[in-house]
Amino acid sequence: MSLLEFENVTLRFGGVIAVNDLSFSVKKGEVFALVGPNGAGKSTAFNLISRFYQPTAGQIHFDGHDLLSHKASDVAALGIARTFQNNELFDHSTVLQNLLIGRHRHRKTNFLAEIFFTPSVRKAEIQNREMVEEIIEFLDLQPYRDKMIAGLPYGVRKVVELGRALATGPKMLMLDEPASGLSVEETTDMRWWIDDIRRQMGITVLMVEHDMGLVSNVSDRVLALADGSKLAQGTPAEVQTDPAVLKAYLGEVA
Amino acid sequence: MRVHFKTSYNQDIRLFEDKWTLFVYSLLIILSFLMPYILDVFYLGEMTNVLIWAIAGLGLMLLTGHTGQASLGHAAFLALGCYSYAILVQKGVPFLIAFPLSSVITGVVGMIVAIPALRLRGIYLAIATLAMSILVDDVIVLAEPFTGGVSGIFSEPIFLFGMEIDRWGTPIAFYYVALVTIIIVTFGYANIMRSPLGRSFVAVRDSEVSAQAMGVNIARTKMISFGLSCAITGLAGALMGLFAGIFNNETFSVVISIQLLMMIVIGGLGSIHGAFFGAIIIGFLPQFLSISKEYVGDFIGGSAVAIPGLEFGVFGMILIAFIMFEPNGIYGRWVKIRTWFELFPFYRKGMFKRQKSFLKTERLQ
Ligand SMILES: Nc1ncnc2c1ncn2[C@@H]1O[C@H](COP(=O)(O)OP(=O)(O)O)[C@@H](O)[C@H]1O
Ligand SMILES: [Mg+2]
Repeated sequence: MSLLEFENVTLRFGGVIAVNDLSFSVKKGEVFALVGPNGAGKSTAFNLISRFYQPTAGQIHFDGHDLLSHKASDVAALGIARTFQNNELFDHSTVLQNLLIGRHRHRKTNFLAEIFFTPSVRKAEIQNREMVEEIIEFLDLQPYRDKMIAGLPYGVRKVVELGRALATGPKMLMLDEPASGLSVEETTDMRWWIDDIRRQMGITVLMVEHDMGLVSNVSDRVLALADGSKLAQGTPAEVQTDPAVLKAYLGEVA
Repeated sequence: MRVHFKTSYNQDIRLFEDKWTLFVYSLLIILSFLMPYILDVFYLGEMTNVLIWAIAGLGLMLLTGHTGQASLGHAAFLALGCYSYAILVQKGVPFLIAFPLSSVITGVVGMIVAIPALRLRGIYLAIATLAMSILVDDVIVLAEPFTGGVSGIFSEPIFLFGMEIDRWGTPIAFYYVALVTIIIVTFGYANIMRSPLGRSFVAVRDSEVSAQAMGVNIARTKMISFGLSCAITGLAGALMGLFAGIFNNETFSVVISIQLLMMIVIGGLGSIHGAFFGAIIIGFLPQFLSISKEYVGDFIGGSAVAIPGLEFGVFGMILIAFIMFEPNGIYGRWVKIRTWFELFPFYRKGMFKRQKSFLKTERLQ
């Protein structure tokens, strides 16, 4: 059963066609990777799902909902969480506070109750913290728990962003280049986390990644894009040997 | 060296990190209640002034320091709080209703003003709010039947528990009114900051894109921030009117707006402490300057020297110095000193190096 569905989606920025008549679907429980050279439209596809951009044409459905009838701030409530290609953390807050913002979509109290910090607010806060502590444990973030983001190394920030997305309790997790800028060891950690997220937590993963090693290790299916259009789709092995894909990559190198 | 051990979730949620912090703040509150017995009438009046400025600072801090929306128009909301309170009292509304009501009125108007202002960011928002601050002068003159126009109106003494309270007649009671107000405001503020609302403010300040992806409604969050900020500012305005006694269209000029913004930048954007530190500077600077002017006057052989705009100039220079050397304000400096003592003797030079970054508000995006 498919969780996310793109139907003939097109997005133009003036003269540039960032996404061109793109159709694909992501099944519940799988790890689905988007690959392609820089400027292929991968991040743009994520931004369309986040509702930051309105497509020029086409339909996007998620879990039975018409995604295009939702505002950007309502996407999280449907069960979609994401990370960003260039970290978008709340730099002047601690790791703990960043993860707690991930719980925002579960907010049940209103601002008046919060001003007085009523018992119901306290109860909800304790629940939020229980969830977040589990994530801190899972991602080995204890040493950084109370540290400001602004002072953290790049690799740790990427993990915090993953944690913040997990804290929303999503059905689908979108990871935009989770391993870029990471060391070999950090990339290995990331690989096991993605595996656990899918297997133990049962979360569907849609990811953009350039590291083909990581892609073949964790993903079930791969979609290759170039200039906003679909080049090939299949298992990692199939896509890696596809003539059109090879041409696109070699073409980029040449 | 002090080490925090965390054993329960409640501990992280507490207003005060540990028993020691609770002790220090309790002591501070007790001390402020004892102030009338420590200070003479003149300095108690100055203290009251500092408290009122600190309330105004808390109002702007919520919007600018915590939500990242610069405002150069908060004098307009001080005016609104001041006039609505004074007019309500003139109409016979008792203090305990008029005071919170003037806050609600200012908050609601702030929220309405926020709707068009929300489309603007950074420097454009600052300019629009500045324009509002300039307009308010004319509005007060035009609304003469209510506001008394250029000749101004008078804020009647407070009637509370069968007592008449005003700044000159009963300075101690008036000080307590300001003190109780700021304690209530600060508790509410601290509660917000440990709740989802406060976190959504900070999220909007630090990254609108990811705030949205986390399900934060940007427009609604900014509106609530504007509303709460103005509600607090309204309280400060009402107290300023009571403190000044009589006020007119020139009392809440653009200069006040600018001073307020400078105050929270110097105190430290994005911290409750910053509003207090900034208010202490702004409150005592005139005193400090007049004392030093006498010294300078003696030194060059004349009597006290008069330099027009000196106060504002010195204030500006302090501001520039802070932006250059300590962008986190006095609060940032204080955290460093505290850390030095807490970690003694393990403090390393350069420990805070990576943290020398600016809030988005300061860069005006
Ligand atoms: N906001 C924007 N305005 C104009 N052009 C954009 C915008 N975002 C992306 N593009 C263009 O769309 C194309 C796809 O970009 P992107 O999705 O970021 O590629 P990538 O596959 O590397 O993530 C590029 O040509 C890029 O320049
Ligand atoms: Mg990209």
